[in-house]
Amino acid sequence: MSAALTISGLDCFYGEVQVLHGLDLELNKGEVLCLLGRNGAGKTTTLKAIMGLVPARAGSIRLGERELTSLPAHEVPKAGVAYVPQGRRLFAELTVAENIEIGLMARNKGNAVREAVLDLFPLLRDRLKQRSGTLSGGEQQMLAMARALCLEPDVLLLDEPTEGLMPSMIARIRETVAALRERGVSTILVEQRVDAVLPVADRVAFIENGRNRETVDVARLRDDPALVRRYVGVG
Amino acid sequence: MAFFPHLLLATLEGLVTSAVLALTALGLSLVFGVMRIVNVAHGEFFMLGAVLAWAITITLTGHPALGFAVALVLSPLIVGGIAWIAERLVLRRLEYNPEATIVATIGLLYIIQQLALTFYGPEARPVAPPFSYRIQLPWFGYSGYKLSIIAASALLLLATWFVLTRTRIGLVMRATQYDRETALAFGIPVGRVYGAVFALGAMLAAVAAVLIVPIQQAHYLMGLDPLLLSFIVVIIGGLGSLRGTVVAALLIGVSDGIISVFFSPTLAKIIATLVVALVLVFRPQGLFGTATK
Repeated sequence: MSAALTISGLDCFYGEVQVLHGLDLELNKGEVLCLLGRNGAGKTTTLKAIMGLVPARAGSIRLGERELTSLPAHEVPKAGVAYVPQGRRLFAELTVAENIEIGLMARNKGNAVREAVLDLFPLLRDRLKQRSGTLSGGEQQMLAMARALCLEPDVLLLDEPTEGLMPSMIARIRETVAALRERGVSTILVEQRVDAVLPVADRVAFIENGRNRETVDVARLRDDPALVRRYVGVG
Repeated sequence: MAFFPHLLLATLEGLVTSAVLALTALGLSLVFGVMRIVNVAHGEFFMLGAVLAWAITITLTGHPALGFAVALVLSPLIVGGIAWIAERLVLRRLEYNPEATIVATIGLLYIIQQLALTFYGPEARPVAPPFSYRIQLPWFGYSGYKLSIIAASALLLLATWFVLTRTRIGLVMRATQYDRETALAFGIPVGRVYGAVFALGAMLAAVAAVLIVPIQQAHYLMGLDPLLLSFIVVIIGGLGSLRGTVVAALLIGVSDGIISVFFSPTLAKIIATLVVALVLVFRPQGLFGTATK
């Protein structure tokens, strides 16, 4: 299977503190790769580094054949990478329609994409004029995903999308991720909880101290609970 | 003069002050709202606008309206260009660090001020108004030009509101204001937005100065008062809030006009400062601002 995104030898710092230490990671086309690890392991930093929000001091991030580390951050989404940040990070003072418009503007997508995304999240259609900060947690997560999908991305980065949501909403998000996989979208999913990962991921990468310790098929995760205990501390 | 005509005159004078103040303060408020930096040099962009208006009007001969019309367009454009260059050369390199940019804009204030003193001189110089029509009210005659300042300011404020709330550029500016990092993650070139906003803020100050200079004269130290009053307005109205800026400018301008006429200008300033202190204590985000989470 060919790689949608390849990270090799990635070093990232916050100030003088090194967070990623030569991280290697490969995301295959059309797969869901989950990053698991303890708090502070470097999962979110990995996603931010892909988006160019945390600069890479060494190493490379390649989207297909294109090197992303040499691009300014605002060019990364235009290359086809969409990001759903932890905590949604909606533009809370803007309406639902305006948040979607921001997503469409990133890659100059038009009304057809807007309609397709709203078909995926029909509830948002009734809330278009509502300020996004006033939506419920689940609705906000839907909007965060809708905004990202407006880019029609090749690679989707999801940072703890199920955090703080009720079970029905978590199931809805899983369905969406699965549907995107069917459409050939490659996804990196950051999660803390193993049970949230198993139903949807193809492979799991265990991130520890800014390094990818091991990448395994999700089937192996089911057979070997000790793996999860070793890297995540629960299971 | 009887009480009512006296009050009407004071209110009209206050509205002229409010009109100019609203434009100037809106520039400061936009820069802080979007870029999160306090531009201490904002008053100097106001001064530059007035000085350039003088330079343009004495260069162009003919009817004063011609020189004034050219100044109204050219002066804000030149000031906006200077602000854009300053943003690229100084603020961008400081990565918009709040403390460092305050120090940098203080430096910018002195550089612009001293350059104006060197090339323009210490004199206060008049600029001829584009027309000198007087509107005769039943109690007194009032300058038609001053009323046109109020109308022009209202139009410009409406245009700014329209751009901010109804256009793609405005949407991009608001998204950048609310969350810089997420804006970047959605392809918004935040650095370019910052450059444009800093230039726009300076242009608003410059256009306010061009409007007021026919009744105030251009002087190299004239930037201080607008700066202080703009800070008062944006603190009361709420940083980054267009509605708050307009309401606070009306409040400060009209009360300043009325209190100055009936009591003393000093009392007007004391009350304005007291209102700022009360707002800072009881509603630090301002009347229309949003509390920082």
